[in-house]
Amino acid sequence: MQPAQSPIPSRSNLAGWLYVLPLVLVLVPFFVAPILVVLAASFFATDGFGGLTPGFTLASYVEVLHSALTLKLYLATIKFTVLTWIFTLIIGFFVAYFLVFHVRNQLLAIGLFLLCTVPFWTSNIIRMISWIPLLGKEGLINQALLALDVIRQPLEVLLFSDLAVVIAYVHQLTIFMIVPIFNSMARIDKKLIEAAIDAGASRFDIMRLIVVPMSKSGIALGTIFVVSIVMGDFFVVKVMSGGGSASVVSAFYEDVGVLQYPTAAASAVLLTLVLVAIVALILRTVDIRQEITR
Amino acid sequence: MSAVLADMPGTVAPATTKAIAPSKGGRPWTFYVLAALFVAYVLALYGPMFCIYILSFQDIRGGLVFPMKGQSLHWFIDLFTQVRTGDVKGSFDRSIKLAVIVTIITVVVSFLAGLGFRKRFRGDTFVFYMMIGSLVAPGLVLGLGTGLLFQALGLNASWYTSALGAQLSWTLPFGVLVMFAVMSRFNHAWEEAAYDLGASRWQSIWLVMIPVLAPGLVAVALFGFTLSYDEFARSLQTAGSLNTLPLEIWSMTLNVTSPSLYALGTVTTIVSFVVIGASLGTIVLIQKKRGSRAKGQE
Repeated sequence: MQPAQSPIPSRSNLAGWLYVLPLVLVLVPFFVAPILVVLAASFFATDGFGGLTPGFTLASYVEVLHSALTLKLYLATIKFTVLTWIFTLIIGFFVAYFLVFHVRNQLLAIGLFLLCTVPFWTSNIIRMISWIPLLGKEGLINQALLALDVIRQPLEVLLFSDLAVVIAYVHQLTIFMIVPIFNSMARIDKKLIEAAIDAGASRFDIMRLIVVPMSKSGIALGTIFVVSIVMGDFFVVKVMSGGGSASVVSAFYEDVGVLQYPTAAASAVLLTLVLVAIVALILRTVDIRQEITR
Repeated sequence: MSAVLADMPGTVAPATTKAIAPSKGGRPWTFYVLAALFVAYVLALYGPMFCIYILSFQDIRGGLVFPMKGQSLHWFIDLFTQVRTGDVKGSFDRSIKLAVIVTIITVVVSFLAGLGFRKRFRGDTFVFYMMIGSLVAPGLVLGLGTGLLFQALGLNASWYTSALGAQLSWTLPFGVLVMFAVMSRFNHAWEEAAYDLGASRWQSIWLVMIPVLAPGLVAVALFGFTLSYDEFARSLQTAGSLNTLPLEIWSMTLNVTSPSLYALGTVTTIVSFVVIGASLGTIVLIQKKRGSRAKGQE
């Protein structure tokens, strides 16, 4: 939308920058600078006691890239990310589909949608530990299975295992799929679907040719959220695996704990590069800014 | 993700008021399958949380799993009086104060940035991607960087300086994204009308935009408060010597194995629910007031 009098470009530039200046003033010292500090630290040498010697050495990168542990950590992280992504996508897609296309009462749909979003505004840590009374060795699920004579011994794989990690991730992150997919589905013109039905399309065709392609941007946005959160997480892995599994960031956390800053920083830089590559790849399929402001 | 959350009752686009075909008659079988999936999802979403709320009301014999052993407020009293469980009261206090500060800054800065992003300007894409970067960067890494930065500058890390900044790098991108969604629904004709009637830029913001956008601003405040109040990864390396509540909970998960942990979960969730309820209530109230006013003028 053009204003009545066409603005002089430089003045409009100035006004725009004035409005976003406070945002930039927060992001530069608390996002750009810390990233640069981590980048710098990755090239420093260490005395092994937390002291950093300014300099330029690639020793930390060599150490990280040569260690067999790195490959294991990345494989574990990718395993968690892919599993979580698949489950959140399936559940998120169908929950959104149900709310948009099957709930006929608009007010009810919004109410049910809000019901799904409320836990997002509560503590992640609390929601994570709330699985303990259910999944534990003496937890409800084991009690129920024992009572039904399905098992003789309580299952130990339920809590403090990779299964528990994935359950906790899916529990926390499905909302990040539901919201953007719901948002893009709600914008699909229902007349389009009526027209498809009139033209003889089956319900499967409608799903395949209309609903899925038109929710693609929502799926992309949700994927960015889920992937970046899982890959950047450490406390779910640490607590829910009971220390049995590790991810890239949880290893980073241990490194920081023993003051191995350069190695930790090098591993963080590598992770950030991987993350940026994934996000950039996703962003190529969807113009996120246009998507949000539309 | 924010467009729908931003102004809930206002999201109904005219085209969606009509339910999908077949809009009448019997439900297809998929309805029942998906309804079952939805119910299962909501149960799995809330079920575990309610388990720990219930278990936090056990008496002194209580353990971490069912069955429930007696009923009392023992673990809540334990939580606030025992030294062993750490400085719960102090961290609770700090978290609330910090969340209020973060909320105020988030609302103001996001609103201004939302105004700025309405028109294109040189470098706007750069600022936008900087914001997205801040959102997706691993929190722990950013926190460590901030901590090291403060160390290098000779500043003391504390919850009201470094942790405040680290949390803003998380709440502001959310706030601005919500603001985008809110602004995209703002009808520019109102602003133009204000200018035509002789309003200054300041008056048009204060007297037209803010009242119209009020529900969206409440939503931004809700994001700011809850994201800060529950923030963990970015605060871990930046909070300094005094803990915020999530950090306190974190250290409890590592060394407390009594229902005190659940009691803390119950208390902190009550605070979250009060804030969510108040925010959603305010939004509904504003919308209702508008609806009745509009009707009165018909």
